[in-house]
Amino acid sequence: MTAKKQDTPSGEQEQHKQETKRILNGFSRKRLSLIPILQKVQGKLGYLPREAMTEIAEYLDIPAIDVYGVVTFYNQFRLNPPGKHSIRVCLGTACHMKGGYITLDAWKRRLGINPRETTEDREFDLDTVACVGCCTMAPVTVVDDKPEGGVEPTRVDGILLAFGYDTVTKDKDKSENK
Amino acid sequence: MTAAKPDNGNKQRTIFICQGTGCISGKSLEITEALKKAVAEHGLPGVKVDFTGCHGFCEQGPVAIVEPEGIFYACVSVADVPEIVESHLRDGKPVERLFYKDPVSDEAIPYHKDIKFYNMQQRIILRNCGRLNPERIEDYIATGGYESLKKCLKEMTPEQVIEEVKRSGLRGRGGAGFPTGMKWEFCRNAPGDQKYMICNADEGDPGAFMDRSTMEGDPHTVLEGMTIAAYAMGSSEGYIYIRAEYPLAVKRVRLALKQSEEKGFLGDNIMGSDFSLHIHVKEGAGAFVCGEETALMASIEGKRGMPRSRPPFPATSGLWGKPSNINNVKSLATVPVIIAKGADWYASTGTEKSKGTCVFALTGKIANSGLIEVPMGIPLRKIIYEIGGGIPGSKKFKAVQTGGPSGGCLPESYLDQPVDYESLAAAGSMMGSGGMVVMDEETCMVDIARYFLSFTQAESCGKCVPCRIGTKQMLDILERICRGEGQPEDIDLLQQLGENIKAGSLCQLGQTAPNPVLTTLRYFRDEYEAHINEKRCPALSCVKLISFYILPDKCQGCGICLRNCPAECIAGDKRMVHVIDQEKCVRCGTCLEVCPERFGAVVKVSAEKVDVPDEPIPVTAEKPAASAT
Ligand SMILES: Cc1cc2nc3c(=O)[nH]c(=O)nc-3n(C[C@H](O)[C@H](O)[C@H](O)COP(=O)(O)O)c2cc1C
Ligand code: SF4
Ligand code: SF4
Ligand code: SF4
Ligand code: FES
Ligand code: FES
Repeated sequence: MTAKKQDTPSGEQEQHKQETKRILNGFSRKRLSLIPILQKVQGKLGYLPREAMTEIAEYLDIPAIDVYGVVTFYNQFRLNPPGKHSIRVCLGTACHMKGGYITLDAWKRRLGINPRETTEDREFDLDTVACVGCCTMAPVTVVDDKPEGGVEPTRVDGILLAFGYDTVTKDKDKSENK
Repeated sequence: MTAAKPDNGNKQRTIFICQGTGCISGKSLEITEALKKAVAEHGLPGVKVDFTGCHGFCEQGPVAIVEPEGIFYACVSVADVPEIVESHLRDGKPVERLFYKDPVSDEAIPYHKDIKFYNMQQRIILRNCGRLNPERIEDYIATGGYESLKKCLKEMTPEQVIEEVKRSGLRGRGGAGFPTGMKWEFCRNAPGDQKYMICNADEGDPGAFMDRSTMEGDPHTVLEGMTIAAYAMGSSEGYIYIRAEYPLAVKRVRLALKQSEEKGFLGDNIMGSDFSLHIHVKEGAGAFVCGEETALMASIEGKRGMPRSRPPFPATSGLWGKPSNINNVKSLATVPVIIAKGADWYASTGTEKSKGTCVFALTGKIANSGLIEVPMGIPLRKIIYEIGGGIPGSKKFKAVQTGGPSGGCLPESYLDQPVDYESLAAAGSMMGSGGMVVMDEETCMVDIARYFLSFTQAESCGKCVPCRIGTKQMLDILERICRGEGQPEDIDLLQQLGENIKAGSLCQLGQTAPNPVLTTLRYFRDEYEAHINEKRCPALSCVKLISFYILPDKCQGCGICLRNCPAECIAGDKRMVHVIDQEKCVRCGTCLEVCPERFGAVVKVSAEKVDVPDEPIPVTAEKPAASAT
């Protein structure tokens, strides 16, 4: 299943607008400010909601589609709200060779989302990253900004368990086994 | 622990903990804190706790060096702190169990200078990395830092600086290897009063991290090199474009900029001369193609980072249409040394056409992985077997990949080739920005080609058709082959597509993207053929072509695999031979990994059927000898 694109409630929308306006005040109205503005707004809001993008376009006096074009071009920017926890699976060369793609499959299966999506309860978001410089610990998953080494499918379940997320079916299996 | 030997208690010692990204992820910040606390508690006035940037030996991290002895500690943890402080820092007795162990001889090596990984290197670019505190400009100055800038400003004309760099033979370390001095000269001679100096720190190769380590470990070298370059070209504005995923590098470069401005090494009228330079930091936003120079400039301008055709070259029309010069971090970090020691000194290292040293991020199936700096011309074999310590686990070497997604895979017969721009290019690979990945018999070459191509395909900016459509087609074919659905004509098709993309793409991303495929086709064609004709993956790596089976004559029915299988596709019960449901199995390999070694009941095969029961049956296997004794 894919993450649903939640409609942002209007109160939250208004708040996004105000936050964006406040950030914009610190920047010149030149085109070269666009990417730094987007970085700062995303840093504050966690993602780039539509209302923030229109504010930015107005401020820089450029078409909204130009802002959208830049946002979708760069991997750093995200269009949906982040989860409470971020899971980034390394798919750099060393991690690939040690089965990083198998780990990614395990995350996808467990969270029920694809990379660049957020679970419906907004607990987790999933993404991939190309090498975080800890290649010797491959396969690496960055959990809430902390690189974890040796994350194979069993570790995926372990990490989820540490967040209090038991995989229901497994529980059933275990009790059957007793 | 025996009683203290008080005679050593006051000795002057400094312990340097590595605070590069790798070691920080291994908790080196916590170790630093614990050391400071323990040193204070023991009241050791002569002992200082300090930190450095990356030593390039992250796999042994967190690492630490104790000076003046030069004792090197590997894999340090917070729990080791009391022993280090009491035994070594207080009593002068180094902690032997933390010494680095040579993977070949298994010998413990106390001194940094004796470690093969280091003593076979020749460090010019990385000369200060791991040797000084990157957050203190005074440390850099104490090693002679900013003297080269002074020499340029006080004793040399810009033309003389260019001449010196030209004579040194320095070539760009960003990939293409264009002579640096010549690039500066083009820009100097281009008409225009505003010129831009740009440092390319976008480091996009997914297996390389030397630019990051240089900025984290020795940011002032990069700034000094950049300032000298700007002086030579007559530029008063500079940009450093740093990859967004490198927050620590951004932080240290910003700090270095501030310190350098405070000292008057940057800003207006540098060192009392009439040369001024202002440098700005731009954070990239995560697009590999932005490492390409014209795309990078578009990105600084706030646009989508798409390459444009050249000419005009940046030297005449670059950032905002002004003459611009762009250099890689490593190229710039070399410049202060060339000025200090002279072009002849620099040119005495390396080969006829490739001077100086090159840095590689050595990873993959190799005993010592990390950053290495070696003279140009060194044979690959020496890097892999002497510095790298060979392939671990007595596995067989298969290939070495250089140049990241733009490079190629070279087989064993190339191991005695010298490493330099020309010979790597002649073999179908390239120097690139320095990734070097070692592969053994368990690495599937078709899959590796598919991996690199999926990377470049996803990063193609989409501006030109051969790259956008062509890489997608190639990727589709490779995926099909890896799934076991390849057709005999696919090999020729890949070859043709690859050549067309190389010839027809606008920028080097497209022009080099087929290299991993073309080189594996050239050197490892048999693996493609096995995938296509026999539906077999010789390396047992392609998920769709392998199967896992539980051997009925080995399984003890312990149930460990069943409990760990993420797909819940293993059937069994106590003292029953377990059986894998092949339809549901996702081939994650967990069962093989968790089945106790003494049972060894799980096997991985490709294009082979193993005779197993359909349903769990009672265990008949005898208890293995190991558990009986
Ligand atoms: C797709 C692509 C990615 C590149 N990435 C980088 C990079 O990450 N770092 C870099 O220094 N050069 C990179 N380059 C090369 C630059 O375009 C440019 O040649 C280089 O920065 C020039 O510096 P140099 O002369 O010091 O090597 C890349 C080129 C291409 C086509
Ligand atoms: S070759 Fe690829 S990356 Fe380069 S301009 Fe063309 S589409 Fe973009
Ligand atoms: S390979 Fe993975 S999915 Fe298949 S049986 Fe083994 S543990 Fe289960
Ligand atoms: S296959 Fe191995 S782990 Fe699974 S039940 Fe048999 S002996 Fe135990
Ligand atoms: S490849 Fe995953 S950390 Fe480098
Ligand atoms: S980060 Fe410590 S050695 Fe690389």
